[in-house]
Amino acid sequence: MATVPETIPYGEVRRDLWRPLSGASSRYLITLLLLSSVAFWGLCAWGYQLYKGIGVAGIHRPVFWGFYLVNFVFWIGISHAGTLISAILRLTDANWRKPVTRAAEAITVFALMIGGMFPIIHLGRAWLFYWLFPYPNSRLLWPNFRSPLLWDVTAISTYLTGSTIYLFLPLIPDIAQLKEHATGWRRRLYGALSLGWTGSDRQWHALERAMKLMAAIILAVAVSVHTVVAWDFSMSIAPMWHSSIFGPYFVVGAIFSGIAALIIVMAIIRKAMHLEQYLTAHHFKNLAKLLLLMSLLWLYFTVAENLTAWYGNEPKEMIVFGSRVRGGFAPYFWVMVFCNFVVPFVLLGIKRLRTIRTAIIASITVIIGMWLERFLIIIPTLSFGRLPAAWGNYAPSWVEISISIATFAGMGVLYMLFAKLFPIVSVWEFEPHVGPED
Amino acid sequence: MNDTNQTPHRWGMAIDLDRCTGCQACVAACHAENNLPVSDPASAAKGRAVHWIRVDRYYEGEFPNVRVKYMPVLCQQCDEAPCEPVCPVYATYKNPEGLNVQVYNRCVGTRYCANNCPYSVRFFNWFDPVWAAPLGLQHNPDVSIRMGGVMEKCTFCIQRIKRAETEAKNEKRRVADGEVQPACVQSCPAEAMVFGDLNDPESKVSRMAGSGRSTRLLEELGTQPKVFYLQRAT
Repeated sequence: MATVPETIPYGEVRRDLWRPLSGASSRYLITLLLLSSVAFWGLCAWGYQLYKGIGVAGIHRPVFWGFYLVNFVFWIGISHAGTLISAILRLTDANWRKPVTRAAEAITVFALMIGGMFPIIHLGRAWLFYWLFPYPNSRLLWPNFRSPLLWDVTAISTYLTGSTIYLFLPLIPDIAQLKEHATGWRRRLYGALSLGWTGSDRQWHALERAMKLMAAIILAVAVSVHTVVAWDFSMSIAPMWHSSIFGPYFVVGAIFSGIAALIIVMAIIRKAMHLEQYLTAHHFKNLAKLLLLMSLLWLYFTVAENLTAWYGNEPKEMIVFGSRVRGGFAPYFWVMVFCNFVVPFVLLGIKRLRTIRTAIIASITVIIGMWLERFLIIIPTLSFGRLPAAWGNYAPSWVEISISIATFAGMGVLYMLFAKLFPIVSVWEFEPHVGPED
Repeated sequence: MNDTNQTPHRWGMAIDLDRCTGCQACVAACHAENNLPVSDPASAAKGRAVHWIRVDRYYEGEFPNVRVKYMPVLCQQCDEAPCEPVCPVYATYKNPEGLNVQVYNRCVGTRYCANNCPYSVRFFNWFDPVWAAPLGLQHNPDVSIRMGGVMEKCTFCIQRIKRAETEAKNEKRRVADGEVQPACVQSCPAEAMVFGDLNDPESKVSRMAGSGRSTRLLEELGTQPKVFYLQRAT
C-alpha cells in the first residue's frame, strides 16, 4: 500500500515540505492576523479580570469551578493527541506514522501550554500561582503535597517538559538540514537550535536511543497526567465526582478528543500546505478507525459510570444524575451522546461511509461532544450539592466566553507560526539510507 | 506550669433547633463582628452574598399542615475536614485547638476547599470588598479585612477565643464555661446556641452534645463536625 511517499524522490519530498517555510501568502497573513486579534481579545479579557477581580467571571457559590476548569480539562485532553499517538506508533514501528507524528506532537505542546494556563486564569489571585511550586523560601513554607492540585502542577509541568523534548528531538536533523540552506536570522535560529548536529554515526545512535526512551517515558507520563486531572475531581466527596472510574475514563476521553483534534489539524494543513501526497486517505482512514475504537471505549466508560450511579440509587447522586439525563442539563447530555457516539459510529463504523470528509465531520462533533462531557462532569455536581439550601445555577460571563474562544485562536496562531518555522512533516525520515532506521 | 493550660481546649457548639425561631439575629451579628462584605441585591441574587452563618429552612408536612424548621448552618469545624487536604498551599488547616482556620494571606483562590465542603459554608471574595457608607465606620478592628480572590468562612469568632484565652492565661486560670461567646451565640434571643469547650465534660456544650436529641449534620460522611444540632426525634 502506498502509505508513505516512498515513490517520491527525496529531493522532491524536501522541496515539497520546505516550500511552506518560505514566503507567506496573503491568505496565511490574513488568517494569522484574524486569529491573533481574537487571541489578543482573550488576553484583554483576562487583563480585565485581573484588574477587576475574578468576579467578572460567571462563577459563584456553589459553582466555584466553571468554564475555566472545563477548558483546562478539555485542552489537557487535546494534548493527548500527539504524545500517545506518536509514541505508540513510534514504539510499534508503524511505518505509516511518518507524515503524522510531528503534527501530532506539536498539538501536544501547544494544547498543553494553553491548558496549563487555565488553572492560573482561574485562580482568585493569579499573580501568586507560583506558591504552588515547592521552591525554597524565607518563610520555610511548602505547598501541600496531599492536594490533588499539587499533583496536577507536578504532572502538567512534567508533561510539558517531556513533550517539548519529545517534539524537539526528531526536529534536530531537520533543523540542521534547514540551517545549511537558510540565510539571515533563520540561519542563526536554526544554527542555535540544531545543537551542533553533524549527522555522525554517534549522534544518530544517541538520537535514536533518546527518541525511543522518550517515547516510552512520555506514554507513562501522558496516562498519569490525565489520571491526575481526573483525580482533581474524584478525590473530592462531591456527588458523582467521587468515582474510581474517573482516572481511566478521563484518559480514554483525552485520547478520544486528541485523535479528533489531530484529524482536524491534519485536514487543515493538508489543504493549506498542499500536502495531499503526504497525508493521504490512508492516514485519515487509519486514524478514523482509531477514533471509532475510542468512541466505543468512551461509550463503555460512560455507560459504566452512569449505570452504576443509577443502579446504586443514592439520593445525592441521583439528583446530579437526573439533572444530566432528564433535567436542565439533559439537552447537553444527549447532544454529547450524539456527538461522541452516534456520529462517529455511523460515519466511521460503516466502511462505505469512511472517507476523509466523514472523518473530519466526526472529529468536529467529537470535539464538541468532549467539551460538553467536561462541562457535564463539572457543573451539575457543583450545582447540586449535598444541602439543597445551597443549590445554584451557573451561566458563563462574556469574559469566560471570550477567553475560551480566544484559546482556540491562540492554538491556531501558535500552530501557524510553528508550521512557518519548521517543516510540519518530518523530512529526514523520508531520506533513503540515513538515520537510525537503516 | 499549672495544669490549667495543659489540656488544650476543643471548642464546639450546640444549637437547639427546637428553640430556633429563624430570626436571623445570628446572621446580622456575624456580619457586624466579622467585617463581612454587604452584597447588593444583584450580586446576592447571583449567589455572591457572604454569610458565614445562614439559616436554612426545611418544610415538614403537606400543605396546609406545614411546619417550618430552621437550621442555622455555619462552618462545622470538622475534625476530619474535607476542605483541608485539598488546599495546595495549606491556606486552610487545623489549629492546635481543633479549629479549622483559614489563612487569608496564604490563599491563592483555587476554591477547591469550597467545592469539597459538603455544607457549602465557604465563601469567596469575588472582588475587593466594599461597604456602603457609613458601614465602613463600624469595622471590627480585631478582624482583618479580606481582599478579593481569597476564601473565607466562619472562624468560631477566633478573635474572641484568643482574647479570652489571653486574659485567662494572665490571670493563671482556665477559661470559664460561657466566657467565650461567638457573636452568633451572644445575639441569639432564643438562647438556642451554646458555645464552649468539648474537652470539659461539665461544660454546657458537652452536656448538650451528649443529649439524646443531639445529631450532627451529614454525619454519615465521617467529617466529625464540632457543631451539634439538638432536635426532637420525630
